[in-house]
Amino acid sequence: MRQPSQSRLILTHVGLVVFTALTLYPVLWVFRLALESDAGLGGGLLPIPRDVTLDNFRNVLGTTDSHGWLFGKQLFNSIFVSVLTALMGLVLSATAAYSLSRWDFPGRNRAIGAFLVTQMFPGVVMLIPIYILLDKVGLLDSLLGLALVYSTTSVPFSVWMLKGYFDTIPRALEEAAALDGCTRFQTFFTVILPLAKPALAVVALFSFMTAWNEFILAATLMGDARSYTLPVVLNGYVDEYGADWGAFAAGAIIVSLPVMALFFALQRYFVEGLTAGSVKG
Amino acid sequence: MSRVKSLSVALGLCLAAAGAVHAQDAAPVELKLWHAYRDSEEQALLEAARVYKEQTGVQVTPIGIAFGAYSSKVETAVPRGNGPDLLIGAHDVLSKWQRLGVVEPAGEDSTAYRAGAGAALELEGKRYGYPLAFKTLVLLYNPELIQDPPTDTDALLAAAKAHTGGGSFGLAYEATAAYYFAPWMHGFGAKISGDDVHLDSPELIAALAFARRVGMDEGIVPKSPTSELMGSLFDEGKAAFVISGPWFAAGRKRAIAAIPLPTVSQTGLPALPFLGVEGVFVAGQAKHPGEAAKFAAWLAGPEGAAIRQELGGQAVAAKDAPPLPDTLETSVIRAVLAQAETAILMPTDPQLPNVWEALEDALRKVMRGAATPEEAAKGAEQYRKVLSRPPPEAANPVPYVVIMVLVGLGALVWLCLPLRDPNVRQEIKNKKVDYLWVFPAAVAMLALVVVPFVAGAAVSLFAHSQGEWTFVGFSNFLNIVLSRDWPVTSPLSFYYTLVVTILWTLTNVFLHVSIGMGLALVLREPWIRLRGVWRALLIVPWAVPNYITALIWKMMFHVQYGAINALLGFGGEPAQIDWFSSFSMAFSANLITNTWLGFPFMMVVTLGALQAIPRDLEEAAELDGAGAWFRFRHVTWPLLKPALLPALVIGSVWTFNMFNVIYLVSGGQPDSSTEILISEAYRWAFKRDLRYGYAAAYAVLIFGVLFVYGRAANKLAGKKVL
Repeated sequence: MRQPSQSRLILTHVGLVVFTALTLYPVLWVFRLALESDAGLGGGLLPIPRDVTLDNFRNVLGTTDSHGWLFGKQLFNSIFVSVLTALMGLVLSATAAYSLSRWDFPGRNRAIGAFLVTQMFPGVVMLIPIYILLDKVGLLDSLLGLALVYSTTSVPFSVWMLKGYFDTIPRALEEAAALDGCTRFQTFFTVILPLAKPALAVVALFSFMTAWNEFILAATLMGDARSYTLPVVLNGYVDEYGADWGAFAAGAIIVSLPVMALFFALQRYFVEGLTAGSVKG
Repeated sequence: MSRVKSLSVALGLCLAAAGAVHAQDAAPVELKLWHAYRDSEEQALLEAARVYKEQTGVQVTPIGIAFGAYSSKVETAVPRGNGPDLLIGAHDVLSKWQRLGVVEPAGEDSTAYRAGAGAALELEGKRYGYPLAFKTLVLLYNPELIQDPPTDTDALLAAAKAHTGGGSFGLAYEATAAYYFAPWMHGFGAKISGDDVHLDSPELIAALAFARRVGMDEGIVPKSPTSELMGSLFDEGKAAFVISGPWFAAGRKRAIAAIPLPTVSQTGLPALPFLGVEGVFVAGQAKHPGEAAKFAAWLAGPEGAAIRQELGGQAVAAKDAPPLPDTLETSVIRAVLAQAETAILMPTDPQLPNVWEALEDALRKVMRGAATPEEAAKGAEQYRKVLSRPPPEAANPVPYVVIMVLVGLGALVWLCLPLRDPNVRQEIKNKKVDYLWVFPAAVAMLALVVVPFVAGAAVSLFAHSQGEWTFVGFSNFLNIVLSRDWPVTSPLSFYYTLVVTILWTLTNVFLHVSIGMGLALVLREPWIRLRGVWRALLIVPWAVPNYITALIWKMMFHVQYGAINALLGFGGEPAQIDWFSSFSMAFSANLITNTWLGFPFMMVVTLGALQAIPRDLEEAAELDGAGAWFRFRHVTWPLLKPALLPALVIGSVWTFNMFNVIYLVSGGQPDSSTEILISEAYRWAFKRDLRYGYAAAYAVLIFGVLFVYGRAANKLAGKKVL
């Protein structure tokens, strides 16, 4: 392909800079609010803090209650639930996606359709039934129960993506493994899963994010401040009776950083993991 | 399936048994107390718990719950035995809580309360709860600016006017909220509870006109004042008067004083706000009801009251609270207590939420200038009538049960049809193991997604009103689909909202795809410097949780202090666009927010798809002299399309149900016109008188629309995408 003209080169880069600046503008506002001592009136055009203080971070990180470091407990809850969600989501969706990708058994197409149809259920009506269900089986106010609910909400998308990816892995590999005397399960574990790493990484990240960012279910299903996850805490900083934007923004940064780090770390998998199936399949 | 279920039930029983054993232990009593207090009131509560433990050894653990989640949490958890021992709540939710079994009658209590406090917590001759404090509106002011606070509205407006200008405002209050409108309403002699409510009365029209004058025409009140905005205006000395309650005074950074609200000069009647009486209640199914009642009585009594008054700044209901000296520090509490004597007890009329909704709708229209006070009042009366219409007639469930059973059987038969073929039966037998692989995911989905949805959907056959459920058959659906309650063109009709939702989905998906694809096409060029950096920065919107960014965008769209209007001023005076006063602007605000959130996903998907497309075809076309558009249209796009289609379809389903952005950014304003189906359903379920049945019918219809869409998408794409 030809090298573009000098002017086009410059214009394109200028365009990119402007667009990226606009994209990051709201995010920079979060930083400004988090760093200001009096984050009240928006005031002004540029997201440059009027004064810099770490008090907001200190306040958010330093919350305690009679049992000790409250924020630490809530951070633990979030990490525990999100990691558990990612793991359970992976186990549930990888096995299902593999069988749907490989074997043609009666009812297979209906199963694929059924998984995707659940994506269309509006969550509004499901909240109270889920509450009652978890209550009945004694999983209310438990991190395990919350993780179970989250992992099922992310399963359909994960199955859809993983199936697409598995479809691109040539069957010859499994046939070779079978000749070597591998069982189906061994083949799946030792041959297929390692090859599907990009897609697995993306699926794990999405499931993790579902749990990491959700607050309506968490606020309803969890009993008290010690079992809350971080999004619930964060939402508590801005409610009808007044808002602590500084604390909210500082909390937002604390909550977003791990996800951003994961995003950047897994970025190279994204491109491959997200689309391989639909391109080649 | 059945084995898993019985296992989990057994597990549940074990856990329950373990809990029961635990409760019988002679462990020291711990009382749990739920509340929605913040700041100094919460501090006071914690201090009271500490003192109480010192005196009695009984541990009381206050648990703060976000105000927005409080009532729904109480109403789901407590009736099922998952509640605390004690609850704090206001008198106006009492009758609902009593019906749901959330509260127990109060025990003996030797405290003397101020007039009206005890009566407010009575129901059918029994007192529930122990009165804690009064909550009502007063006229707060900055004593450095105002020495001689006004006692009538003419004087108030004149003084406010004198302190307006240069970024300062004479008066700050939430002019578009019904609660803050109530004083004007009473000041003009209108009322909204009782047997004979008419929202189009001349008194109410006069009050609306007055509210418009104060809130808008005089130019003394800041636009869209949220409580945090008023707080910072006051702290910076830029607000002379504020109409708000004792909660506003907590944590202020400068001196604040208060007096009762003024009289309305036009009528000579006092502007009386509504009064809330807060109490502490022994919760239904409390683990230690006896101990809980003792603490409740203590907290409401003189000792608890002293702590709450001193630390929490509460206007306490107990008579024997420490005396309040005539100083600036106690000014707000004294004003609240004085106002409480004349204020009108918030009605507990079950129709009130409907009146409230209609009234607020009218108020917003008048403030925006979208209707005259007469028109708005007339509309509000109509709206009230529809909202407070009794639920549909009870229907005989038998035919429905028969239909449902038949439909269920039919579906089962349809599913089993292939089994007639012996080959299929044989195949299933042979491939038993295959099913095991799908089994875990299928069971989990069935238990935690399908069952809750079906249960939720079944609610659509019932009507819920004041805690009572009636089986009404398909009435909810008929009301919605035939648009019986409103004309089709009203923002509250299903079809209007459906059109908005479709418009919302189309515009979003178009922008997501075109921006995402445009960026991907640029970023794949080898001559772009720092490609990795751009790509990393441009996916940031996707990585930040969307409720955070939705709230930040909402703030940036503020008419007076928002960054967007500042940006549109291009460095000069900020633009004065009121983003939430017209459909097109509010819709655009939602659209901008969601476009920002959604383009990175499409960008990443396109980048992936582009990697799989060989560039030589494009290069060949370029050598043949084809222009850029031609190359895209006839070479790149046909190759991209199959890869993008599934992402596009799934993206459109997500957008169709994108609740967070609509709810947090425009909140449906103006007049619910920017609501989409899912947020409208939410409003029916949780905001408008808890019409769960109606909301469930909405949800079923949403599912129906998407299901049809999925089928159509498969047809159009010529393959299975959804």
